[in-house]
Amino acid sequence: MKKFLMALLFAPLTVLASGGAHLDHWSGGVGDKAALQNGAKLFVNYCLNCHGASHLRYNKLTEIGLTEQQVKDSLMFTSDKIGDQMRVAARSDEQKQWFGAAPPDLTVISRARASEMGSGADWLYTYLRSFYRDEKRPTGWNNVVFENVGMPHVLYELQGVQVLNHETHKLELAVPGKQTPAEFDKSVSDLVAFMVWMAEPNQLYRQHLGWFVLAFLAVLFVLAYALKKNYWKDIH
Amino acid sequence: MAAGKVEKYKSDGSLGGNALEWVDARFPATSLWKEHLSEYYAPKNFNFWYFFGSLALLVLVIQIVTGIFLVMHYKPDAALNANGVPVAFASVEYIMRDVPGGWLIRYMHSTGASAFFIVVYLHMFRGLLYGSYRKPRELTWLFGVGIFLVLMGEAFFGYLLPWGQMSFWGAQVIVNLFSALPLIGPDLSLIIRGDFVVGDATLNRFFSFHVIAFPLVLLGLVAAHILALHETGSNNPDGIEIKANKDANGIPRDGIPFHPYYTVKDVVGVVVFLMVFSAVLFFAPEGGGYFLEYNNFYPADPLKTPPHIAPVWYFTPYYSILRAMVWNFFGLDAKFWGVVAMGASVVIFAFMPWLDRSPVKSIRYRGPIYKTLLTLFVICFFILGYLGTQPPSRMGELVSQICTLFYFGFFLGMPWWSRMDKFKPVPERVTMK
Repeated sequence: MKKFLMALLFAPLTVLASGGAHLDHWSGGVGDKAALQNGAKLFVNYCLNCHGASHLRYNKLTEIGLTEQQVKDSLMFTSDKIGDQMRVAARSDEQKQWFGAAPPDLTVISRARASEMGSGADWLYTYLRSFYRDEKRPTGWNNVVFENVGMPHVLYELQGVQVLNHETHKLELAVPGKQTPAEFDKSVSDLVAFMVWMAEPNQLYRQHLGWFVLAFLAVLFVLAYALKKNYWKDIH
Repeated sequence: MAAGKVEKYKSDGSLGGNALEWVDARFPATSLWKEHLSEYYAPKNFNFWYFFGSLALLVLVIQIVTGIFLVMHYKPDAALNANGVPVAFASVEYIMRDVPGGWLIRYMHSTGASAFFIVVYLHMFRGLLYGSYRKPRELTWLFGVGIFLVLMGEAFFGYLLPWGQMSFWGAQVIVNLFSALPLIGPDLSLIIRGDFVVGDATLNRFFSFHVIAFPLVLLGLVAAHILALHETGSNNPDGIEIKANKDANGIPRDGIPFHPYYTVKDVVGVVVFLMVFSAVLFFAPEGGGYFLEYNNFYPADPLKTPPHIAPVWYFTPYYSILRAMVWNFFGLDAKFWGVVAMGASVVIFAFMPWLDRSPVKSIRYRGPIYKTLLTLFVICFFILGYLGTQPPSRMGELVSQICTLFYFGFFLGMPWWSRMDKFKPVPERVTMK
């Protein structure tokens, strides 16, 4: 009994230790509207069934270059009001019964997942490509980055089926999917781009505005410094 | 304007005087202006370190004004909304997305919190450099220590409001500390929490403290801090009393009117500060995970303890001192001594006016002992701060114990070492370096 309790106590530590997996660097950005639109499509089709993005409203998607009509026609399955939040149809208490825990809201997940190991985008980019077949798990899937994860591999038809080689500790593609590995990496990259955008939709505007503010302050500095010099010229 | 036609000052305020005269007969507008600005004589040799007082005032104003706008949209409610997200957490994201300009206001407030501590720490360090706490400015210093304490409370209460994982668990850890106090501990932590766990009651009372109680006290203390300063006059990098050398009109020979000289100078400081502030706000609002902790983008979950709970950076030196105490003394738990050490490490600043026995105030005329010890003190403070951000480790524990020992040694040994130094002669008049 004692041993069992000790094992439970240290279980989180072993998870942490193996969670130190190397993260692949996500090299995308949030300025590529085609990538964001593709990411939005993937997100709505593969993620939004279980995860909400409840802090984001559908009409915000017009900022990635879509018209309201396009959003209504191809991205809205559970709602018909363009100002609605991107909710899951399932209720969170029901989901808790089905999965053991309600799948988290993903709106700001790319900010939450950042750590000293890499950005949140790096984590997502690696995580979504690191599922492998594991018959010991209830869903049949496990993940190198997030051990014993409750989520199944929802993108498996695109990626195919990976297995973990226990000798090399590397993932190998056992059954190819609809996309080649390069195509799949691009798809995940687009999805991550959308999720990074979604976590702070006005981040590009924020930086853009920042340059104007700094330029204004630079001019103000010159004037303020000249004023000070002038007033202080008699103080020795 | 026929300037000559304006009648002389009328103390009864009757028609014929100008508007200012009318006011002055009823309220000391002109005399306040003169006393605190245009005829407040400040030493002419203020250097870089003297910007941070006015900057602290600026950040205070930023926090109050942005806070007023945040309260218009923020909801202190721990209940889950229809999407399973706590209302408080969702209201912060609502401000970030749906409120026009809300993201700017919120980032100003979150960046302002860290900026406040940076500016205040530098302001305090200036005091250590030039002996600003020494006679006759003891009360100015004591009000300042009060401001620092209240500011820590203000920051602690405010950090719960976004209702993220770090908000929740940070509050949980800190409130639990109070339960270590003998006799009253458990009841005290219950009163602070308002519940047996951190919950809606806690969130609501912390909101109340953060937006009403503590800002009121803070403003009162800031007013007292400035009034006390203007009573004694400012210290300066030479640590000389400029009031000891006045001209025939009773004006200090080394003094210049605060307005316009220091107002125009402080404007330069304000612009430079705003450039740094804006660089963070617009290009790195998370401050590398130190200003906005990554884990706080997860909504608070009472069932999921994060593997590593770290306070925000400005509390980490004190958190390290807390964790450094691992021994039970006199039948009392180590946790109790940790709380005592943490409290003492902040309050001990209040005793500096009486601990420092050196014949000179400024570091410019003090010897190698003070320079060495002050440098080591700052290094210790940084090491403690760094260790406070890290998960506990045996090595970290030992280093933080050594630093804690030095931290207290610095203060408690001051009555002796501050007298032993080699001092340089202090000049009669201030120097412009």
